[in-house]
Amino acid sequence: MSSLTILAILAIAGIVAFFIGRLRSIQVCDGHQQELHSRPSYYGYYLAILTALPAVVLLAVWSVAERPVTKYVAMQELPPTVLQGTDAEKALTMSVVDNIAEGLPKLDPEEYEVLRKARFGFVTSSDARDVLGKHGVVLGSDPDRSLLAAADELASARATSRLWLPIACFGLAALGFLWGYTRIRPELRSRNIVERVMRSGLFLASTVAVLTTVGIVLSVLFETIHFFQFVSPMDYFFGTVWDPRFATVGKAEGQFGLLPLLWGTLFISAVALLVAVPVGLFAAIYMSEYAGSKVRAFAKPVLEILAGIPTIVYGFFALSVFGPLLRDVGGNIGLDISASSVLTAGIVMGVMIIPFVSSLSDDIITAVPQSLREGSYGLGATQSETIKKVVLPAALPGIVGAVLLAASRAIGETMIVVLAAGIAANLTLNPLEPVTTITVKIVSQLTGDLEFNSPQTLVAFALGLTLFVITLGLNVYALYVVRKYREQYE
Amino acid sequence: MEDRPATRVVAPAEPKERGNSAPAALGELKMKAKDVNLWYGEKQALFDVNLEIFDRSVTALIGPSGCGKSTFLRCLNRMNDVIDICRVEGDIRLDGEDIYAPQVDPVQLRARVGMVFQKPNPFPKSIYENVAYAPRLHGLCANKTELDEVVETSLVKAGLWEEVKDRLDQPGTGLSGGQQQRLCIARAISVNPEVLLMDEPCSALDPIATATIETLIDELKENLCIAIVTHSMQQAARVSQRTAFFHLGKLVEVDETSTIFTNPADQRTQDYVTGRFG
Repeated sequence: MSSLTILAILAIAGIVAFFIGRLRSIQVCDGHQQELHSRPSYYGYYLAILTALPAVVLLAVWSVAERPVTKYVAMQELPPTVLQGTDAEKALTMSVVDNIAEGLPKLDPEEYEVLRKARFGFVTSSDARDVLGKHGVVLGSDPDRSLLAAADELASARATSRLWLPIACFGLAALGFLWGYTRIRPELRSRNIVERVMRSGLFLASTVAVLTTVGIVLSVLFETIHFFQFVSPMDYFFGTVWDPRFATVGKAEGQFGLLPLLWGTLFISAVALLVAVPVGLFAAIYMSEYAGSKVRAFAKPVLEILAGIPTIVYGFFALSVFGPLLRDVGGNIGLDISASSVLTAGIVMGVMIIPFVSSLSDDIITAVPQSLREGSYGLGATQSETIKKVVLPAALPGIVGAVLLAASRAIGETMIVVLAAGIAANLTLNPLEPVTTITVKIVSQLTGDLEFNSPQTLVAFALGLTLFVITLGLNVYALYVVRKYREQYE
Repeated sequence: MEDRPATRVVAPAEPKERGNSAPAALGELKMKAKDVNLWYGEKQALFDVNLEIFDRSVTALIGPSGCGKSTFLRCLNRMNDVIDICRVEGDIRLDGEDIYAPQVDPVQLRARVGMVFQKPNPFPKSIYENVAYAPRLHGLCANKTELDEVVETSLVKAGLWEEVKDRLDQPGTGLSGGQQQRLCIARAISVNPEVLLMDEPCSALDPIATATIETLIDELKENLCIAIVTHSMQQAARVSQRTAFFHLGKLVEVDETSTIFTNPADQRTQDYVTGRFG
């Protein structure tokens, strides 16, 4: 019986228990519901929780623990020479054992007998290999007797586990149900119990996001530390040459200078912000201060559609339309612009983040109290004076926050730069030349054949962590600024 | 604005003899509204309002909520222009000039007819910058010294100088509610308006702050024409020389304050001031 089936049956049992609990609560008070401590449905939830929850928890723990426990049992059969080997050797042996164990249940009793004999040395292990081969378990060489023994134990441990899992789950569910059923009395404070369980559930949900973040950071962090065992942090953080050299080129150590990539990232983001901040801010001012309600109702959603375009599509646009266009225009006025350049990527990325700036700024400008505008008008200020001297200064911290959020978005952006900025890691001040960014290099280091213990691959994690720290810093600062702004009118 | 003598900014005229709601204390006619009708979209909010407001005195506008008194007040400096759906008809004159005439710029008008709002609305700037805002915009001061003087004079007139002179660079939003409202008054009088409109200036304040503001109104009226909307009949009785009673968008009655409160001509006024409705 699979875990999923057990889960479904437990769910149904829970629903049934809910109705039984509700009925029982009405029964124990002879229909005088006001004598119950809680409403009848709380008794229903109470019984449902007692029935399903412990069993589901057991199921989850069992499912997670099954693999390591059975593996441990099987490993007892392996000779000490294997157990004392390196982790890699052990893993290799265990994968063979696992392979054989997967095949065991498919054998018919006679064939299984052959295997048992092989285990205890009555027939040769090549017979066992033949038998297994018939059922699709292909082995590279004749299996050792200890391997067969381990596989046999593994298979039987698994079978035992499969047999007992449903029994244990359903037994626990039945126990929970019976115990809860006998406890249903008018004075039982079922609401408090149910709400406590619910609150724990809500708490668990909120920790998922936090734990995920922590998990991601830790996994990247460990790989980064691994990377710094190959390359010194000084060479990484202050190196000016990016030349990782894939292992196929030879054993020569590559150079992993972060600076060209960081510079490319910041350069492109700066160009993007130069485009997005004025355009976005002016759009926001128009939307919030000048546009009539009809224009606003139409134009604001349209502007926000820009945010819904997948970035790879912006990449196409940059690659096939905007880059060549810019190159041709540049040619006409005597500038030598390559089709993929800082300018192309920056401008297209700027267009992409316009909606972030404009939409957030619009909300922030609209949130400036009308009374401030009237106060300014009442002193004989014009609309533009009011916007410049009162509304924008009041909204400024919020706008700065919006710009910072847009900036962190630009720094983390990948697809546009892959297609529009090129992959050459140049350390250049000329916006007409191609550069590359941290994100692009992460992609190129992690595509193709990989070995996860070479600095060529591990550098991607160091780059990822660097990027994470930069955008995290920007976001935290942006949130801090925005929060400070919120307090202002209180 | 520039043609007005700058001396008025720094040296207020000698206080006139203090009038106590006696007719003789009223100055000359300052603003005159004739047959004013106003619509918000389809809904008419003011019906044929005729009202005269005199210089160097306080005119109180009273009436139940939604009677149009604030709306009328906002007509006097064309503040309603800001609202898209609002339409005004009729004739409102300031010193005999039609303020709704096409050649009149509402921006210029609002510098002559200042306004203080119901809820204190200091700008999120320093105290100094709040008061210096309008003089700077209108170019009233040639240099920093003059500007400092204007700020000080305005704050002195608003009775706030002693409390804030050591912390002019602190944000105006950090003051207490009553101080904020006095800051707004200082801000409004910093450009020497001829008329000051006050829209329930004390409704968000405690009684002590209210008493301070009322004393201030009493002093300001020596040089200014003031129109004040208030929900408090005691306040109207305390600070105003003339009182206008609005009801359902119509001006029911306007007369000397003492007459309105003791011997009104209209039954509705009688009912309102004696607390029978509203």
